[in-house]
Amino acid sequence: MIPELGSFSLILAFCLASLMVVIPMAGAITNNQLWMSLCRPLSSGIWVFMVISFACLAYAFLNDDFSVNYVARNSNSLLPDRYKFAAVWGGHEGSLLLWVLILASWSYAVSLFSKNLPLDILARVLSVMGIILVGFLLFMLLTSSPFERTLLNTPLDGTDLNPLLQDFGLIVHPPFLYMGYVGFSVAFAFAIAALLSGRLDAAWARWTRPWTNAAWAFLSIGIALGSWWAYYELGWGGWWFWDPVENVSFMPWLVGTALIHSLAVTEKRGVFKSWTVLLAIAAFSLSLLGAFIVRSGVLTSVHAFAVDPARGMVLLTIMLIVIGSSLLLYAIRAPAVKGSASYTLTSREVLLLINNIILVVSTAAVLLGTLYPLIHEAIYGEANRVSIGPPYFNTIFVPLMGLLAFALGVGTFSRWKKTSVVYLKQQLSKVLIASLAFGIVIPVIVTSEFNISVIVAVVLAFWIVFSIAKDIFNKTSNKETFFKGLKALSLSYYGMQFAHFGMAVTILGVCLTSHYSVERDVRLAPGDSETIGNYEFIFEGVSLQQGANYQADRAVITVLRNGDEYITLEPEKRLYYATQAIQTEAGIDVGLFRDLFTALGDERGDGSWVVRIHYKPFVLWIWLGAIFMAFGGVLAITDKRYRSKKTVKQSQNESVLSGSSSSKPTMAAES
Amino acid sequence: MNKRALFIIPGLLFISMLGLLLFGLGRDPNMVPSALVNRPLPEFSLPGLELDAAESIALITPEDLTGGISIINFWATWCPPCHIEHPYLVEISESEQGLSFIGVNYKDDLNEARLFLEEKGSPFKKIIVDLDGSLGIDFGVAGAPETFIVDSFGMIRYRHVGVINHQIWEETFEPVISSIQ
Repeated sequence: MIPELGSFSLILAFCLASLMVVIPMAGAITNNQLWMSLCRPLSSGIWVFMVISFACLAYAFLNDDFSVNYVARNSNSLLPDRYKFAAVWGGHEGSLLLWVLILASWSYAVSLFSKNLPLDILARVLSVMGIILVGFLLFMLLTSSPFERTLLNTPLDGTDLNPLLQDFGLIVHPPFLYMGYVGFSVAFAFAIAALLSGRLDAAWARWTRPWTNAAWAFLSIGIALGSWWAYYELGWGGWWFWDPVENVSFMPWLVGTALIHSLAVTEKRGVFKSWTVLLAIAAFSLSLLGAFIVRSGVLTSVHAFAVDPARGMVLLTIMLIVIGSSLLLYAIRAPAVKGSASYTLTSREVLLLINNIILVVSTAAVLLGTLYPLIHEAIYGEANRVSIGPPYFNTIFVPLMGLLAFALGVGTFSRWKKTSVVYLKQQLSKVLIASLAFGIVIPVIVTSEFNISVIVAVVLAFWIVFSIAKDIFNKTSNKETFFKGLKALSLSYYGMQFAHFGMAVTILGVCLTSHYSVERDVRLAPGDSETIGNYEFIFEGVSLQQGANYQADRAVITVLRNGDEYITLEPEKRLYYATQAIQTEAGIDVGLFRDLFTALGDERGDGSWVVRIHYKPFVLWIWLGAIFMAFGGVLAITDKRYRSKKTVKQSQNESVLSGSSSSKPTMAAES
Repeated sequence: MNKRALFIIPGLLFISMLGLLLFGLGRDPNMVPSALVNRPLPEFSLPGLELDAAESIALITPEDLTGGISIINFWATWCPPCHIEHPYLVEISESEQGLSFIGVNYKDDLNEARLFLEEKGSPFKKIIVDLDGSLGIDFGVAGAPETFIVDSFGMIRYRHVGVINHQIWEETFEPVISSIQ
């Protein structure tokens, strides 16, 4: 009964979404207030039915309802409850349900926080989101319903969730990632609404900015969680593999980062409008591409769901309709959009344009590398398969990020319209000298070697940090006290600086881990030890442990630091009963400046084991940087610039309601 | 260059990418070209697994496999995907009486293999025992399950890596089989 209720809710959500496509849009075209205002109740209705549907599936999982095919394939009665719940999105059908639930949540959120939006814009935005909802709900109902049942010969138990997924990572990584992916649909919908209404102005950019920041912050955390999960779960100590599925989550992030910067220019200066719109379309299009690549199986990947070309066909159709029509609209409407302001070569506008170019080129490089196996096969035939590995991506991506970091420092001191070259030189020379000094001296003293790529990375990290510090110092120096000066700075300014600081932190983490990790795969008998630096790892032996749905060989490794007992690590090798799959669980001591990573390999005949011992300096900083970036994004949203508008805009909104809805939102609130 | 034309470029790029993805959709990313495809069966002489007798006397050679299309399936009880595909193999072997299904029990415990087949039914006309995996090496098998289509002249015509299900059977096996019949 409950699964049918879930299925029925999906159908109702689909019906409401169809109405949300048609009625508000028709209202916006014919200027019918009632029809337009229906978008709010419709979006909340869709959200409610999606929540019910999701709850039904979660209920089926938690109550071991194996008559539901999807539950039988992805759960098992022995599975711990928290994983039963997370298993809701452990396979294709359920993760699609989560995807649509999140899409419905974003559109509901737009309708909730839209008091300052003109009604006709809101109607168009929600109508565009409705189109995406209709597409994906139809996809789910036709090809991928998670509620399908086998009522005869119901399996007695489920085949169990893939052991790789039985981890805390599954609970948090997909929801964050999808919040990010799907969140870009809001910026997309705003862009389409702006193109449709022909009002591509600064107000449009201001409405879009908080939504883009929010989606971007979620995506930053989502990607970082995925990378962290791979690091401790896959058991070989890597944190990024340039796997197609990683790449498709990274591309929307890169374009989203470009979009955040481009929106700033469009809002403040009214230029780059058509470029910004294109980025908004591109960010969400790349999210759709990601959904397609993960779910159609065109590329081999560790993440891919079961291969099904039929699903791929439907997703391709959705992409054709959604992206194709928006790019067509773009080609028709965008040429008419004109930028108004003028700027010079040393202006902030140009520096942000450089930022955009670097990020878009990086995205293009990642896209090309990801799709290259397909291109190669299309040209040379099936027998010639190639795979593009990390060497390609690193060769192209690392120098581009170096350029980006350099431009970031310059950009920090730039001003709108025009920055005096003398001023820039004066500011940057001090920062340059300081970062060169610290960036060269510190690595050379600590490592007593001259490694040029490490030095470049450390110099760039200091370059970013010192420009941030100098800029904050400059901006506070005219106030009576330093703290008064700090208080006077806006939250969005702090948001920017936090995010930039995060970039420096990540650069350091990536570079130092890559260059100074010590990785040993050794064969140890109980009592043997292995020394890395001032850490000695003593292999005490392996014992058999029982888990809820698995049994494990658990090793005990005592770590001595400078001869004193420091910590005990317990890496495991698990055998899951239901699937008979073997899964490693790394034993990690997390530290701010270094991780000690141990994983258990195979047993050798003589009682010895293959043990993987890694010393990974600064690896935590990779993800710490992402947290700073996401925090920066959140700070920027909370800036009162967006909130104080509410009151001003509300009255405006009312005037729109009472008067003509097509009245152009004025910029009165600006300044 | 006309300024308007500039705005069409994103759309054109998108359409060409869509074409590429459409091309990619038609292919099987797990298909591995095998050196053995379109070559005759390798020579071998291995014992067969008998379900009712403790020991097998009869040796199976490539000659036993000619005279009809055979489906050679490498499987083992230690391989979880083999458990998954087994019911489908039983089903398809019953409906496709014209094909002879040959199992290769790959590096397995013979008693367990026997128990497994007794319990779940055997789709195989003959079962070759490949205890040390030497036949697997000759076929270039990377793991289990793998399935080969062999025509009536003893030529290997197709290699499939991974589980067979209804969809894979309809979309990849049936076309190959009907093309060599």
